[in-house]
Amino acid sequence: MPVLELLLTALDTLLANKVRAVLTTLGVIIGVLSVILLVSLGEGARLYLSETFAGLGSNLLQVSPGRRETKGFGAPPVGTIHKLTREDELALKRRGYALDGVTGIVNGGGTIRYQNRRRDTFVLGVGARFDEIRQMRVDQGRFFAEEDIDAHRRFAIVGRTVLAELFGDENPLGQVIKVAEGEFRVIGIMEHKGTTLGFDMDDLVFIPATTAMDLFAVEGFTNLLVRARDKANIEPALEEITDILRRRHNDLVDFTVISQDDMLATVNSIMSTMSLVLIAIASISLLVGGIGIANIMLVSVRERTREIGVRRAVGAKKRHVLLQFLLESVVISLLGGLIGLAIGALIIFAARLLVPGLPVQLSLNIVLIAVGFSGAVGVLSGVVPAKRASDLDPVEALRYE
Amino acid sequence: MNASSAASKVPVPDPVPVIDIRALRRRFTLGAEVVEALRGVDLRISAGEYVAIVGPSGSGKSTLMNLIGCLDTPTEGSYFLDGEEVHLLNDDQLAEIRNRKIGFVFQSFNLLPRASAVDNVALPLLYSGRKRAARRQAAVEALTRVQLGGRLYHRPDQLSGGQRQRVAIARALVNRPAVLLADEPTGNLDQKTGAEIVSLFEQLHRDGVTVLLVTHDHKLAERTHRQIEIVDGLIARDTGAGRAAAGAASAAG
Repeated sequence: MPVLELLLTALDTLLANKVRAVLTTLGVIIGVLSVILLVSLGEGARLYLSETFAGLGSNLLQVSPGRRETKGFGAPPVGTIHKLTREDELALKRRGYALDGVTGIVNGGGTIRYQNRRRDTFVLGVGARFDEIRQMRVDQGRFFAEEDIDAHRRFAIVGRTVLAELFGDENPLGQVIKVAEGEFRVIGIMEHKGTTLGFDMDDLVFIPATTAMDLFAVEGFTNLLVRARDKANIEPALEEITDILRRRHNDLVDFTVISQDDMLATVNSIMSTMSLVLIAIASISLLVGGIGIANIMLVSVRERTREIGVRRAVGAKKRHVLLQFLLESVVISLLGGLIGLAIGALIIFAARLLVPGLPVQLSLNIVLIAVGFSGAVGVLSGVVPAKRASDLDPVEALRYE
Repeated sequence: MNASSAASKVPVPDPVPVIDIRALRRRFTLGAEVVEALRGVDLRISAGEYVAIVGPSGSGKSTLMNLIGCLDTPTEGSYFLDGEEVHLLNDDQLAEIRNRKIGFVFQSFNLLPRASAVDNVALPLLYSGRKRAARRQAAVEALTRVQLGGRLYHRPDQLSGGQRQRVAIARALVNRPAVLLADEPTGNLDQKTGAEIVSLFEQLHRDGVTVLLVTHDHKLAERTHRQIEIVDGLIARDTGAGRAAAGAASAAG
């Protein structure tokens, strides 16, 4: 018995009842559609975050003042803590063998003025290696040198947005701007970076970290950014940092070292949990869709009792009847899956058109999920009706009115 | 005598009957009640015979037809169809026997409504695993045989009652069965169309097909060459029993 023939029979039956077939599979359509949208959104978001983290630079570790019990973001520092100082930074630079680069960072903000123009924006105090470590490079002019940091020089490097706002088409190099009432000479322009996690990376002004501490009257860095030599050196780097800083901090671990992997893992685990919940919800609609198909298939078996009798009379075995109805159920469900997939693809396409850069995309995974789920629903919901059809007594089936 | 003249029309006398039924019993259990629809039937029908099975409703006539058609299995007794021990077969084997050796014609035609004449006729061949081209060719031949060569791609709803029954007969013939089993084949047809179908059966009989009609239409029954009357689960009358018994006796001897 060729499966192909039974498949054609199933398709023919569906074509005879197009409206019914689509209504039957509505649950599967909605189920697959929600699975697709949820998974693509989840996958897109995860991909986006991964890319974002990768864009920060590789093999990074962040040292923040204060001990945090949990890894990840947030959680305020507790107890008396040492500041992370320029001396800490230099100690790490001198003694850390697994470390490739260290830069202190001071977060601040203020009004930037040039002639009669002004802009309120973020000011980032950074070290001389920041540009390599953080993968943010100077486009024109130069980055800070180590002696700029040592000498607390009043140099500034501007981001693209700041540049456009304050200078327009004017060449800013060598000009003097006011940052939070201090005067700074512009020595460089950052390359274009775009937006990361909703933050405009071009709307920044960079100054030496030491100068920033003077300017904002703080005694320590907001945090230290450290790059390990390579991936294999991330763990050793973590240990070295902890060891060096603990000795300098009276044997207290009053700081927290987080690796990029830790951050990514945290984000990933949040995303995975979210995806699981969403898939569970979508599964429920698939389940309901499956029950709908099973229901209609039972009706169909009843309606076609005579046909089953005739097929059995002319030589169909039980398994032929079973296969016929199972295929029909799978075809209905796959139809729903494909419709759901098509609608999903359309929605994703439209969303990307309306909101460029929206982190959703249609992947092969999603197509496989759609086909796989709907096929499985078809098999599961077809088993009982198909079994019932194949177990019909031919004599009874032929007599059925 | 009527019976002897019927026997003389059988083209090739067959010492081994195509249908050989001995002491056949069929009991049904309906709740607490046990109904014995057939109470020991002996029947032998030779290849090429043209036979009517008659009897009032509830006589066991339909049960006998279902057993002969291998749709049902006996409670007791033996049934040899074309040399196969049908009473020993399982469900799948019965399906194969029905496919190869039985052609069914029903009162209400029982065609697949959405399938063309050719596809309806080719249906049995689907289950015997024949290739698409071979199925088509055999179906076209069978339809030509029932004078429907010009209606190959009509669906049942585009055909008259008589034409539908011809399609059904073509479907029954397509696998060259040992027995053509027709259950009230003219019951849903008007007199004129019914007569056409009857003459088609007679034509098939002349071509050598073994034809069994199940009917309670005595006029139809009398046109066959042997009438078997079932009453109360037993054969009450068999106009051809003598010849068949002789055949069986010679086979046994």
